[in-house]
Amino acid sequence: MNTQLLIQLLVNGLVVGTLYGVVAMSFVLIYKATQVVNFAQGELLLIGAWVCWWLLTKYQVPFYLGMPITLVFMFVFGIAIQVVILRPMIGEPIISVIMVTIALSTVFSALMKWIFGVNLQPFPRIFTTQNVNILGLQVQTVYLMSLAVSLAMMVGMAWFFRLSKYGLAMRATAFNQQVAQSLGISVKSVFAMAWAISATVSAVAGVVVAVVNGVSAGLSAYGVKVFPAAILGGLDSVGGAVLGGIIIGLLENFAHFLDSEYLHWGNLYEIAPFYALIIILMIKPYGLFGTKDIERV
Amino acid sequence: MATQTLIPAGDFRTTYAADTTVFPTRTSRNAMIVGIILICFAPQVLNEYTLSLLIQIGIFGIAALGLNIVVGFTGQISIGHAAFFGFGAFTSAYLSNRFGIPVFFCIPLAGIVTAGVGLIFGLPAARLKGLYLAIATLAAQYILLDFFARAEWFTGGSVPASAEAFSIFGYSLRGDKKYFYVVLAYVIICYLLVTNLIRSRDGRALVAVRDHYLSAEIMGINLTKYRTLSFGLAAFFAGVGGALYAHYNQVVSNEGFGIDRSIIFLAMIIIGGIGSVAGTLMGTAFMVLLPESMEWLSVALRGSPIDTVLGLKNNIAFLREMAIGLIIIVFLVFEPDGLAHRWRRIKAYWKLYPFSH
Repeated sequence: MNTQLLIQLLVNGLVVGTLYGVVAMSFVLIYKATQVVNFAQGELLLIGAWVCWWLLTKYQVPFYLGMPITLVFMFVFGIAIQVVILRPMIGEPIISVIMVTIALSTVFSALMKWIFGVNLQPFPRIFTTQNVNILGLQVQTVYLMSLAVSLAMMVGMAWFFRLSKYGLAMRATAFNQQVAQSLGISVKSVFAMAWAISATVSAVAGVVVAVVNGVSAGLSAYGVKVFPAAILGGLDSVGGAVLGGIIIGLLENFAHFLDSEYLHWGNLYEIAPFYALIIILMIKPYGLFGTKDIERV
Repeated sequence: MATQTLIPAGDFRTTYAADTTVFPTRTSRNAMIVGIILICFAPQVLNEYTLSLLIQIGIFGIAALGLNIVVGFTGQISIGHAAFFGFGAFTSAYLSNRFGIPVFFCIPLAGIVTAGVGLIFGLPAARLKGLYLAIATLAAQYILLDFFARAEWFTGGSVPASAEAFSIFGYSLRGDKKYFYVVLAYVIICYLLVTNLIRSRDGRALVAVRDHYLSAEIMGINLTKYRTLSFGLAAFFAGVGGALYAHYNQVVSNEGFGIDRSIIFLAMIIIGGIGSVAGTLMGTAFMVLLPESMEWLSVALRGSPIDTVLGLKNNIAFLREMAIGLIIIVFLVFEPDGLAHRWRRIKAYWKLYPFSH
């Protein structure tokens, strides 16, 4: 057994998994606050990464300036999507809302391909040192950065929900919209804020992935991997989404290990999360931490 | 009650027979029969290109009809329809190549096999509903696509599988002009089947599951059975459509059964009208003609300033994708009942023409 490879892959899985966790977290945020399943989450990553890449290469903006501009742009963009497209859909059947987000993802991915092309574009180098040696393992600096950024975003999100006033308003809205409204919370602005925060957080994840792998249309695949992660953790649990993301990331890389060492089926790591998804849906559809909703007539 | 030539004002229906009738008036039935007879002459009149468009409308129309059973009549969401379409195509090619079964029998057989696969992936429907089910079908899409790439004995892997031409009693129906009649026959049979399904006991049960599943269950409708059944039926029509597609192109490659095709199928029924049998065909026609008309437009605009700004020649594929997404959004926001509803409105307007309002 190739222990070195296994450890390398598990570290990889942890890094990718925390990124999945961050994306799943922003996905769950939208679902929890506005009851919208966002099939365009991956495209939000893509847009954030492309905008940042464009600022950095075309206008030679330094990274410490380009990143905040990207985040501000994505914040406004998130609000714009909610106000222009999803606000008229409030009260429509769930299938229409899902279809709107699917259509949005088609539009955005085609738009990005049209503007920026289909080829992989390398991201400008941000770090001077390539590798760091930790306990005898060569770890790329960008991986450490990715892990640190993901953890920082999770902590930030936890702080936001537990201690800030807006976070409280959001939790109240998620719990019961009518009661929240009667307590003076503007549900409209909470909805818009949920989209804005989700878009911003996704953009950070998108930039991180872009720094590691470069920017291409394939980045939106992260939006599809969100589903196994979010379902495993429970669709309405922010913490569960993070855990689900890490588990899916580890599972993916473990499948890759099994595949390359023993099975030799090829591409197993791409499809393993979806088998996991089906199994979870069959045995425990509400996930690890999701609330089992009670139906009343 | 004798069939009338015009619907009376107020549209009273006093019997169940009148309520479930396919054609409300004698005129509408005669118009349909005349229409079918007229379209039989299409291969003699139209050129190959127009015929190929009509054939595509027919093939995709059958598959979209299956999707409309799940989405429109049972109220479940399926994002994996293209995978079943592809499965039908591969199954039919496999059956005719491997076992030498005549293509005539392969097409319905492919439908039945695909229905079996649909039932397997419909099993989560026993416990899930709404968006959980949508996500399950999304997983089905990826798993089936992976299977197509993996199972070389079945699909030929990276080499496209070949499919024989359609033949009946040793008489080969090769080419658009002859194949048109095969597709036409299947379209008529499938649309008649589904129209009658909706009038039957099972069809009403499906609609009841859509409208309020708890009430349906209380009235004695077996939710699990009908949800799974609707997936099986949808996969059956997807399989038949896919088989027709395989024998039309006579080659089945791994491409074209991805999630983007599934989204196009969803767009077809949304544009046509969710839960409308006739609307499905309208929506399919719209979605088949949309990329073609964009192609014509780009040819017409070649060399003009718009062309140089947009770079139409190289980017037409992306513009097409965007148009599909935008059309879905526009229809969902402004015309959620689809073209079928618009058609009814137009008919209602002309009925009282000079004196409407």
